Amino acid sequence: MTTLISYTIFFASVLMLVALGGCFSEHSGVINLGLEGVMVFGALGGALGMRYADLPPFVMVVCCVLMAVLFGMLYSLLLAVAAINFKADQTLVGTAMNLLGTAAATVIVKALNMAADPNNTSSEIVYVVPKKFFMVNFMGFEISYLMLLAVVLLVISYLVLYRTRFGLRLQACGEHPQAAASVGINVFRMRYAGVLISGFLGGLGGLMYILGGVSQWKFEVGVAGFGFLSLAVMIFGQWKPLRIAAVALLFGLFRSLSNTYNGFPFLVELNLPGSVYNMLPYIVSLVVLALTSKNSHAPKAEGIPYDKGMR
Amino acid sequence: MSEYAIEMLHITKRFPGIIANDDVTLQLRKGEIHALLGENGAGKSTLMSVLFGLYQAEEGEIRKDGKVVHITSPNVANDLGIGMVHQHFKLVECFTVLDNIILGVETTKGPFLEKTEARKKVMALSEKYGLQVDPDAKIEDITVGMQQRTEILKMLYRDNEILIFDEPTAVLTPQEIEELMVIMKNLAAEGKSILFISHKLNEILEVSDRCTVLRKGKYIGTVDTKDSTAESLSAMMVGRSVNFHVEKQPCHPGDTVLSVRNMSVASKAHKKMAVNNVSLDVRAGEIVCIAGIDGNGQTEFVYGLSGLEPLASGTIMLNGKDITRSSIRQKSIGGMSHIPEDRHKHGLVLDYSLEDNIILQNYFEPRFTKHGFLQRRAIREYAEKLIEQYDVRSGQGPITAARAMSGGNQQKAIVAREIDRGPELLIAVQPTRGLDVGAIEYIHKQIVAQRDAGKAVLLVSLELDEVMDVSDRILVMYEGEIVGEFDPKTTTVEELGLYMAGAKRATEESDLYLAGAKRKEM
Repeated sequence: MTTLISYTIFFASVLMLVALGGCFSEHSGVINLGLEGVMVFGALGGALGMRYADLPPFVMVVCCVLMAVLFGMLYSLLLAVAAINFKADQTLVGTAMNLLGTAAATVIVKALNMAADPNNTSSEIVYVVPKKFFMVNFMGFEISYLMLLAVVLLVISYLVLYRTRFGLRLQACGEHPQAAASVGINVFRMRYAGVLISGFLGGLGGLMYILGGVSQWKFEVGVAGFGFLSLAVMIFGQWKPLRIAAVALLFGLFRSLSNTYNGFPFLVELNLPGSVYNMLPYIVSLVVLALTSKNSHAPKAEGIPYDKGMR
Repeated sequence: MSEYAIEMLHITKRFPGIIANDDVTLQLRKGEIHALLGENGAGKSTLMSVLFGLYQAEEGEIRKDGKVVHITSPNVANDLGIGMVHQHFKLVECFTVLDNIILGVETTKGPFLEKTEARKKVMALSEKYGLQVDPDAKIEDITVGMQQRTEILKMLYRDNEILIFDEPTAVLTPQEIEELMVIMKNLAAEGKSILFISHKLNEILEVSDRCTVLRKGKYIGTVDTKDSTAESLSAMMVGRSVNFHVEKQPCHPGDTVLSVRNMSVASKAHKKMAVNNVSLDVRAGEIVCIAGIDGNGQTEFVYGLSGLEPLASGTIMLNGKDITRSSIRQKSIGGMSHIPEDRHKHGLVLDYSLEDNIILQNYFEPRFTKHGFLQRRAIREYAEKLIEQYDVRSGQGPITAARAMSGGNQQKAIVAREIDRGPELLIAVQPTRGLDVGAIEYIHKQIVAQRDAGKAVLLVSLELDEVMDVSDRILVMYEGEIVGEFDPKTTTVEELGLYMAGAKRATEESDLYLAGAKRKEM
């Protein structure tokens, strides 16, 4: 039972962080379909930090988080430049970013591995020792600093979106950019901000994802569709931070069942193949989106490049 | 101090191929209501965009209080105290009224928004100028009138001195227009200078002090409104005298052609029915007009009738035949013609040539198609005949891309196609929207000619002048229901307005509805 809870919280934190990232981007009016790629790059940044930096534990954690966040934001700049400056189709750019993310990370890690040892052609980074730095004992539970950070970021996201000038303006840009521009708001700048925040949160989510359970990561496997799952969480969460958190917990629960169903006798007795549990979160997201997308309230102007000439 | 709040002197603005403003001068006195009059395409919007900093003029200068200013962006215009109520409101639908008003000039306390002071100021302004709004209501839930008051409050909240109203009455009921006129006069009395853009002569005559007229980008002149008449202004605007009234003989209705019973159509926007249990008849030789404010189910009603949307319930009879479940083509062959509301979406294939658009409804007939192949020569001949007969003007005749034609000529092409098929029933939805006076005159004549030829005509219009002039019988639609039937010879615009706003309806419960509508408005 405790393993189920800790897995659920872990997966939920990842999904929530990335979904919040998508939420900021979409509220600014840019669909970030490339979250999967952003996560991979965040993970790469963090992993490189863990591999090459040699620092005291807490500084190490901070440094790796910064690396992940930085990589995520740099990678999301691709989307910002293409979608905001060049008015590219956001769906296509996002898809390209997902394909590129995993491939580029694999190439980079392989090159680094081969430079260190010509016989090592794997795309794996090992981080047994630094991983331990991330863990902290919290009320008897062994949890990651990043989970605490996730909770803090949830609160901050909520406040920023609904209680600050920035949040009000960001949402105006996603709903009616012409209205925002007519009162002197720089739509381009706000959309850049939205996309970069999604890079920040997506990169952090990526780092957190590869720190769960394992101590090494093969970059050719990417992040197994977690970016897409996060998009489902965001939509089901109706682009609202608190709902996103709740939905993330639900999806996290389904995802963790595939790791822990062996511990529940009644689930084992059902005698279902393990792959059913693996599929569960994805099937649930399909069903949920099919049933709820009709009533969803996406930001009205998302996906539409802002054109000053249009009035 | 200069007597003018804003002067735009000898403004010239060119776009590739056209001169949108050619040496235009406009001087706005302090505290006056100054109308800017012109047909569609006369350059009113361009001139205002120059003033608002959206475009830069190639020649000419703008002065504020006598000093030359360079308005390079809307922000500069805002800083100079110039505010604008755009024709299409610039409001964020899911925000509250208050959030929309403060957007861009928010006050904060530490990192967070602080709205208490803003709310006080908004309420004070609302009180002072009689602009009732509910600051906590969301834009998507309030009436168009209240949305417009929100836009006005937005300008006042920013302490703007020069207020531009771009076609502000287009979306309002007659009663709301009256209220707006009073508000504008109040604002002017308080010292605000107002620019009022319109092509509706009676409103200009009622509210403005002076009027500047543009025609085809050129400055025609500025006149004192009190010395002007509708005739003199329209002659300036069009360049010739215009006959406002549609000439027509009394109508002699024959047999019922269209008979709709209990039609309901589901809404895409909300859970209620967009069209709710509507029954009506249209007889041969009469023009029945459905009047109403935009968005009260007229669009969905026509979609249901023409087959673009499925019916939730009800029956449609055309010439005594049940066509409720007929396909669109069967309806079309059965004698139904449709001049659609959105000519770009449902009227034309913009990338097709004019001739292909003309045969869009009957390309499959043997005269145009043999053994599965289009008969190009026959199509060309037919298209040339219609182009000649209906005076459709275009750059290259039948092979012109529909996209490259002017709105008026696109509409003429559709009218030609739909009328030439010899329909029993002609459905015309806002057939004159966005057209200039000449084209409007022409299309009205064609519609009346159809009636006189014994066809049934169902007209859907948002323009009350058109409703009153063209129709033989008026049905008012409100929230998806027919709430009243009128004879244009005996009713008034004011009476129609009350029904269109839902303040009255043809039942015993009319008092009840009156109270309900008022409560909603508050």
